[in-house]
Amino acid sequence: MSSLVQSVDWLAIAPPTIAAVVGLVVLVADLFVAEARKPLLGWLSVAGLAAATLMLLPLLDADRSTFCLVGDTGVCSYTADRFTLVIQFLVLGGALLSALLSVTTLKDDGKRLPEGEYWFLFLSSAAGAALLPASRDLATLVVALEVASLPAFALVGLRHGDRKSSEAALKFFLSSVTATAVSLMGISFVYAATGTLHLTLVAERIQDVDGQLHTLAQTGVVLTLVGFAFKTAAVPFHFWVPDTYVGAPLPIAAYLSVIGKAVGFSGLILVTVVALPSYADVWGPALAALAALTMTVGNVGALRQQATRAYSAVRLLAWSSVGQAGYLLVPIAAAAYSDDAEKSIGSTLAYALMYGAVNLGAFAVAALVGRAHRLNRVADYRGLYASSPLTALLLGFFLLCLAGLPPGIIGLFAKVTVFAAAVDAGLGWLAVVMAVNVVIALVYYLQWTALLFRAPEGEPVRHRLPAPLTAAIALTGVLGIALSGAPQLVLRFTDTGLF
Amino acid sequence: MIDINESVMQFLLAFLVAGPLLGAVAALLPAPPGLKGKSPEQAVLRHGVTVTGAILVAAVVLALGFDHDQPSTMQATTDISWIPALDVRIHLGTDGISLPLLVLTALLTFLCALHSYFKPPAGPSPKAFVALLLVLESGTLATFAVLDLILFFLAFEMVLIPMYFLIARWGGEGRAEAAWRFILYTLLGSVVMLLGLLLIGITAGTFDMVALATDNGRSLTTSVQVIAVLAIGVGLAVKTPMWPLHSWLPDAHTAAPTVGSVLLAGVLLKMGTYGFVRILLPAAPDGFRTFAPYLAAFAVVGIIYGSLACLALARRGAKGDLKRLIAYSSVGHMGFVLLGIATMTPTGVNGALFANIAHGLITGLLFFLVGALKDRTGSTDLDTLAEQTGAALYGKAPRLGGLLAFGAVASLGLPGLAGFWGEMLALFGAFDPADGLSRPAFLTFMAIGAFGTLLTAAYLLIVVRRVCMGAAPQDAPKLTDVRPYEFAAWTPLVVLTVVAGLWPKALLGLTDPAVQQLLSGGTR
Repeated sequence: MSSLVQSVDWLAIAPPTIAAVVGLVVLVADLFVAEARKPLLGWLSVAGLAAATLMLLPLLDADRSTFCLVGDTGVCSYTADRFTLVIQFLVLGGALLSALLSVTTLKDDGKRLPEGEYWFLFLSSAAGAALLPASRDLATLVVALEVASLPAFALVGLRHGDRKSSEAALKFFLSSVTATAVSLMGISFVYAATGTLHLTLVAERIQDVDGQLHTLAQTGVVLTLVGFAFKTAAVPFHFWVPDTYVGAPLPIAAYLSVIGKAVGFSGLILVTVVALPSYADVWGPALAALAALTMTVGNVGALRQQATRAYSAVRLLAWSSVGQAGYLLVPIAAAAYSDDAEKSIGSTLAYALMYGAVNLGAFAVAALVGRAHRLNRVADYRGLYASSPLTALLLGFFLLCLAGLPPGIIGLFAKVTVFAAAVDAGLGWLAVVMAVNVVIALVYYLQWTALLFRAPEGEPVRHRLPAPLTAAIALTGVLGIALSGAPQLVLRFTDTGLF
Repeated sequence: MIDINESVMQFLLAFLVAGPLLGAVAALLPAPPGLKGKSPEQAVLRHGVTVTGAILVAAVVLALGFDHDQPSTMQATTDISWIPALDVRIHLGTDGISLPLLVLTALLTFLCALHSYFKPPAGPSPKAFVALLLVLESGTLATFAVLDLILFFLAFEMVLIPMYFLIARWGGEGRAEAAWRFILYTLLGSVVMLLGLLLIGITAGTFDMVALATDNGRSLTTSVQVIAVLAIGVGLAVKTPMWPLHSWLPDAHTAAPTVGSVLLAGVLLKMGTYGFVRILLPAAPDGFRTFAPYLAAFAVVGIIYGSLACLALARRGAKGDLKRLIAYSSVGHMGFVLLGIATMTPTGVNGALFANIAHGLITGLLFFLVGALKDRTGSTDLDTLAEQTGAALYGKAPRLGGLLAFGAVASLGLPGLAGFWGEMLALFGAFDPADGLSRPAFLTFMAIGAFGTLLTAAYLLIVVRRVCMGAAPQDAPKLTDVRPYEFAAWTPLVVLTVVAGLWPKALLGLTDPAVQQLLSGGTR
């Protein structure tokens, strides 16, 4: 008689598990560690994230699945295939870099941020985000989504006695739970129509739903999509982004800009391409319209930022991340129209990896400048080249990567793959909208870049480089430059099997 | 001419592209001991001269080693896979069409570096200046050397950032706005161009220019070709610039430093016309045929518009700026180039390529001269210079005046100088356009273009009269005449202008077989 107990492949689930376990260890250790030794918790978390990232290596050889249905081994809840590994790498690597930024921020902030809670929440969220791309049923998906986002609300509002911070957290929380409720509703409809939660089974069964349940299934699909659109900060669910980014501690803003996006779009990919390919005619046009709206609103918002306004640098990065989310959606929309959906999804992955590296790099430099200039205005970056030439050159490089202009070669090629996906799928109009957006985005990225090299106003402020920040900037810089020399490193995902 | 090993040729061409980039990185590093020079500024400017000089030598050796009996075959080719996922290959090579442009670029950049060594640009540190100049050179050379659509686009974009900073940081009045306008116009154009390139590449299944040229548009339907030509054409036309997309050019030229103007007019504009010849003509001939009459119409409007704008600027009391005037004259001259290309005949395209080179030489020289004039008098405003009777440069600085007059008559297309052949061949091509193009229309264009040459002659002669002639007051301070380093920087341009005018076969012999092959689909 076959056992009713599912076997667990511990190696396959190691990356999210390590992050979660280290989070718990930190929470407990916080109770026993003396006040003076609290920074150790930060380094423990960094080490834990590094270990989790390294644990991806042994998984590279073959696809692994675990938590499978006992009777039917083909249907599993957790799969570590290439798609999963790429997103997990992005999430854990991104979390590692944000953790490096956090170490310095926590030190500078004194006692206003409680260290133990901070790291616990941070690691929990990272664990949820790492779990999400591996989940292959709707229940695990929603659980992972909530594990990733609930701690994030707390992180945004964690700063003691900061009204802006709590207000941002509340905004973020309210809009997020609404979206979650909506998508849970949608999932229950889909479950009602198909009788399963496993993505692959949903894909099979939703094609021959009883005629009476057809409307139910369709409503379910739309409601599910709405929930995930929120996480990617797609328009019209984007309004929380700028305030949240400004109110949150800067490393958390960096974390949300990359990991938050990764969570959203990987969930979206799983729901659309894996679970509902037969509804491509519904979500294809919807996502295309969403992508066009998102990039336009994001870029126009970024363009309207005034350089002298308080926190304008973070605001600009926040709006630009909305715009970038629009580009990420383009290939997902294109997947609906193309014969080879995995190829399009590969473009999203390649773009996300590029975006993750350079956007975190830009945030790292912003964190550095923010130490000397509390208000972190774009105008504060004027003449950065005079005081710290290498940092300025790197920030210029990151911004040009985001803009997609040489010498940011990887940014250019990542955009080329996205364009190619759109053109390939016959979405010419979307490609043209994106082209216009690229030019709009270029204006503000280039303005900022040009400002770095202007003559400084008054005495240039010397920026002291703490070790963790240096490590983060150097790491992202090396990544960006290496990718520019060998774009194949990330672009190869556009022509290999993912799932 | 001389027999050089193929792998050496490959290395030379790769060096042309990569050398300046390495030089740019080296320029940012502190000078090694023994090369410190008198000051860091002097050392880095000398570094610029050394690197561009080495590149020029490499380009000349490449030209000498080029098999002149077979200018239509790609030579010194390198073909390595770079990004297999996008099917992007590092495919370099040169033929009779690109070789002259490579040499012209290397020459002009070297002359610019030489000029800046003796006359450092006014503005922030020359370190960044030299680095940007070298990146610019690399991007331009790469544009002419690569044979892959995506790499072409990459190289096309690579020149934007350096040129932006050259204008915005070392430029004159109104530089910030001019630099913005320059980069926004070209970017908007080039993003649209990227879409067109992707359309061609994805539909035809290859980004390789040689393969696309051999295919000659057979694997692309006419509607794809029409869309692609429209998209790519817009991008290239902004760069060329074609009327009515030219409005960034006068501002950019007026604000740019001398070196920036020389390179902008001398080589950057050629990237646009080169793209027309290298990509659109062979890869999408049907689409190009659809748009050829419109292109020709815009081209002749550009010729007339440029000349009229120049005439208006040259008038007394118009407060015309000499740099602006030459910029508008570029719009006119590039009009002839576009007209030649639009005829789709070997004669016209050869003329266009000839006019390309000639314009690079002559306009480069003119911008150098005007820059020198500005250094001496502090102004490029025609009215300030000429006052009541004329600036009397012949009297105050006879050699400078003589060179300016030489540049002006070369620019107006005097037979025997380089400017003549290109325009004549372009008009001649329009007399008998390719099959499928309306002959009456092109005859009209030819007539209008020919009238344009008259207008060109008129404004250039007015400029000569107002700047070079006039009554020099006895007590007027003498201007410094041509300095030795200026002489060194300008002589090659003057000599080549005369040589190309007297012996056009040197250039046409190179371009003609390659053009014949491109137009007949690479299968001749």
